[in-house]
Amino acid sequence: MSRTHVNCTINGDETDFLSESGGSLLNALRDDVGLMGVKEGCGTGDCGACSVLMDDRVTCACLIFAPEAEGRTIVTIEGLANADELHPLQQCFLEGAALQCGVCTPGFLMAAKALLDKNPNPTETEVRYALAGNLCRCTGYDKIIRAVLDAAEAMGEQA
Amino acid sequence: MITVKFSASLRDLTGDDHEVLVDAPTVRRLIKVLDERYPGIGERLSEGTSVAINGEILPDALYEDIPDGAEVHFLATLAGG
Amino acid sequence: MTMTEDPTTAPSYKWVGSRSVRPDGLDKVTGKAQFGADLKLPNMLEGAVARSPHAHARIVSIDTSAAEAMAGVHAVITAADLPDLADAGSKTDDIFMSEKILARSKVLWEGHPVAAVAATSREIARAAADAIVVVYEALPHVLTVDEALADGAPVLHDAMITRGVEPAPEAASNAASRVVHERGDLDKGFADADTVLEREYTTKPVHQGYIEPHACVADANQDGRANLFVSSQGHFSLRAMTATTLGWSPSQLNVTPAEIGGGFGGKTTIYLEPLAVRLSAKSGRPVRLVMGRDEVFKATGPTSGSRMKIKMGVTNDGKITAAEVWMAFEAGAFPGSPVGAASMTAIACYDIPNFFVEGFDVVCNKPKVAAYRAPGAPIIAYGVESIVDELALAIDMDPIDLRLKNAAVEGTQASYGPEFPRIGFVETLEAIRDSEHYKSPVPEGYGRGVASGFWFNIGGNSTATVNINEDGNVNVIEGSPDIGGSRASMALFAAEEFGISVDRVSVKIADTQTVGFNDVTGGSRVTLATGKVVIDCCRSIKEDLRRRAAKTWDCEIDDVEWVEGQAQHVSGTETPLSLADLAAKAPRTGGPISVTQSENVRGAGAGFTTQLVDLEIDQETGVCRVARYTTAQDAGKAIHPSYVEGQMQGGVVQGIGWAFNEEYIHRSDGTLDNPSFLDYRIPVASDLPMIETIIVEVPNPNHPYGVRGVGEAGIVPPMAAIGNAIERATQCRLNNLPMSPIALLDAINRRG
Repeated sequence: MSRTHVNCTINGDETDFLSESGGSLLNALRDDVGLMGVKEGCGTGDCGACSVLMDDRVTCACLIFAPEAEGRTIVTIEGLANADELHPLQQCFLEGAALQCGVCTPGFLMAAKALLDKNPNPTETEVRYALAGNLCRCTGYDKIIRAVLDAAEAMGEQA
Repeated sequence: MITVKFSASLRDLTGDDHEVLVDAPTVRRLIKVLDERYPGIGERLSEGTSVAINGEILPDALYEDIPDGAEVHFLATLAGG
Repeated sequence: MTMTEDPTTAPSYKWVGSRSVRPDGLDKVTGKAQFGADLKLPNMLEGAVARSPHAHARIVSIDTSAAEAMAGVHAVITAADLPDLADAGSKTDDIFMSEKILARSKVLWEGHPVAAVAATSREIARAAADAIVVVYEALPHVLTVDEALADGAPVLHDAMITRGVEPAPEAASNAASRVVHERGDLDKGFADADTVLEREYTTKPVHQGYIEPHACVADANQDGRANLFVSSQGHFSLRAMTATTLGWSPSQLNVTPAEIGGGFGGKTTIYLEPLAVRLSAKSGRPVRLVMGRDEVFKATGPTSGSRMKIKMGVTNDGKITAAEVWMAFEAGAFPGSPVGAASMTAIACYDIPNFFVEGFDVVCNKPKVAAYRAPGAPIIAYGVESIVDELALAIDMDPIDLRLKNAAVEGTQASYGPEFPRIGFVETLEAIRDSEHYKSPVPEGYGRGVASGFWFNIGGNSTATVNINEDGNVNVIEGSPDIGGSRASMALFAAEEFGISVDRVSVKIADTQTVGFNDVTGGSRVTLATGKVVIDCCRSIKEDLRRRAAKTWDCEIDDVEWVEGQAQHVSGTETPLSLADLAAKAPRTGGPISVTQSENVRGAGAGFTTQLVDLEIDQETGVCRVARYTTAQDAGKAIHPSYVEGQMQGGVVQGIGWAFNEEYIHRSDGTLDNPSFLDYRIPVASDLPMIETIIVEVPNPNHPYGVRGVGEAGIVPPMAAIGNAIERATQCRLNNLPMSPIALLDAINRRG
């Protein structure tokens, strides 16, 4: 079997792994790097549960061939908190009860981070459209949207 | 004496009787009494049914006491999702 | 917003009713929480399942040799590797379950498993599964109740004689059973009515749509035991079903519940687990078996498609005098649709003196249906709540007033038999009627619709243990997989009972060897039943703590009170003893402080909901936008309001998807055309507004805190509420789900 050696930066660390030929970044992150926080909901880019940041852009890891990560900077849910301090998004999700089963939560948090990094003061409509690529079946989205708006406000105050 | 009301699904065994007045202190005894009156109903009532006694629905009620004057219904066991 | 029955007499709590952070939340926002596919064991193999490409076929032969010869393949199994339960004289349901897991002589739907493989990688496992050669003899198939019930329809099960029909039919058919509820005199009832309407409805199968596909890791040992790590709504029930399928005894399996990524009823049954255990036993290595999304759609759930015929009569002053309901539900390949429950819930909201409700459970060549949130109730409510709305229009009566006039109340004999105890249906109707949403004018071009719903809620078997640590903090050990935030409620119960901060309570969901038996998480039962045993543990411990304090102070137990986290002497002469103080002295006052309680909890209170929707309708495209949605639901007592709201909102949004978009689309050859989230369109954030919630609290007299289950009723009304809104805006009545833009546009064009 042939494997591709990939070098990239994951959650701030220089990391390398061997990827299956034809394997996705999602599988590489979970099976080769061991980051299980990235979830597979569909494998075809329709649900957003595997959302990660690749060079600051939110991406479905299931749609990226692992070798494409060569030289890139990847951030997963495991890299969202700042050491012992939760990111305001994480804190707002907890306080706002913006999760029930929690399987879509890592994807939502990464997509929301990408949104707020680009648009620190979004309207409700902008949040809804930015997160339209992330499916949630438990919450009906209401509390997720509120938590993202709360986080935007909290981050605005911190700035 | 207690009142037992029959659902339509049991009508093939109970004929025209929509309800009946019997004496039975427990559900197990009640099923026995009913089976004597309507042969075959005992097996139907023992598997996969809940019992409502005075409006309270009880699954696994075979050994349950029935207070005097109670109204009893047999229901399909409820499941959820 | 919460509306409580009588605010002046309602007890005030310190913790119950607050919005604490859920105990499992941190792991979920940091990616640490382990779901079914997240466990990696040393030496672990990956599994794959070979599935039927045909909707209905006889299996002529299965040749696994190519798969077995492949490098990296360590085990291949077929039905020959499972006990033949028909031969063993097992119950029919167990035989059907086993055949669902692995087909024996026939495949009954596209996606029906025929073999499974364990190999060193997912790719090899998939290639090996594809290399298994199965020779089929294709048979004609049936996909809907219409096709399955038609004269001369191909029969799925040769021995299926319809139960519940007198006299019993001579020939086998696809109608597995019939259920009837009746009361009064139907003819007289319709004769008494001033308006009688008759309508026919169809619905399509819809999937629960949980974002996490089914997944498990099985680790079998050479001593005939195995460990199973699996995301499931009920690990004890799963253990029993898996054991039966394997021909094992339940204690041979230890099941650890993973965090579960959504269930909604669909994970109360088994699919992969016996396969994973058997593969692990055969290979001698742990096996991870995970479904792809297409497999989830093709081979699990969904809930039934249906045909319903409903006739209802009403007097001019709004009394519903008679109801006749006929329904046929798709069960999928094996019997067991929720038509029984639907027959009971169909008109349960109303006090109708004359009715005849008849329901048929019909098999067809689709996956066996699985429970989906208030199983059966949303389907029949689509029909009943639509026709009730049409009656309101016919007699020019406000739809809420019509429902109030006929509403079931305490003492009403339910359509399914017993009298209702104290219930809160009227309160939900009034909450909507009095809401700001309902009082606001309907915007131009919008339609407004109302509908109501009911679900029984159940109690059932739960076991829990509560331990006090040396530092006075509390451990709760329970066995109900958490699909909605129940750990938060258990922590709040313990905090309230002991009078300590909720931060001092930890809650853990234990495996089948570590906690006593628990029924599935479903039926909206956990806050009620598991809550009750947790509360009972705490109360028992408080008695014990009073005794230990009495021993410490050398006084009578009656001299000791438990107040806000500490034992106090009634005279006030002793320094109070905290939980930590008493825990520290535990060895000399009787030993460790620990209580386990188990009970088959009864006294579940029925849950009602009334919902209101405003749709903005574009009559040129048929597209409807949900502009505003308000739901009022009776929770009895909201232990954690945020998670009660979450259940309400989640159910509503599933109903919205069911109303507009979701459906299984089959090709004429019986294969599924849309097994992906791309083409099976569930609601996304940009489809929706905020969902306004009104928590009504009419306490359930049978629970220490008045709890009624809330998980399920919320999904019952939305489809009818939306259909009602569409009619009121466009005068087009859509009687088939989903009410897609194409369907509405078609109706508008026909209307002219």
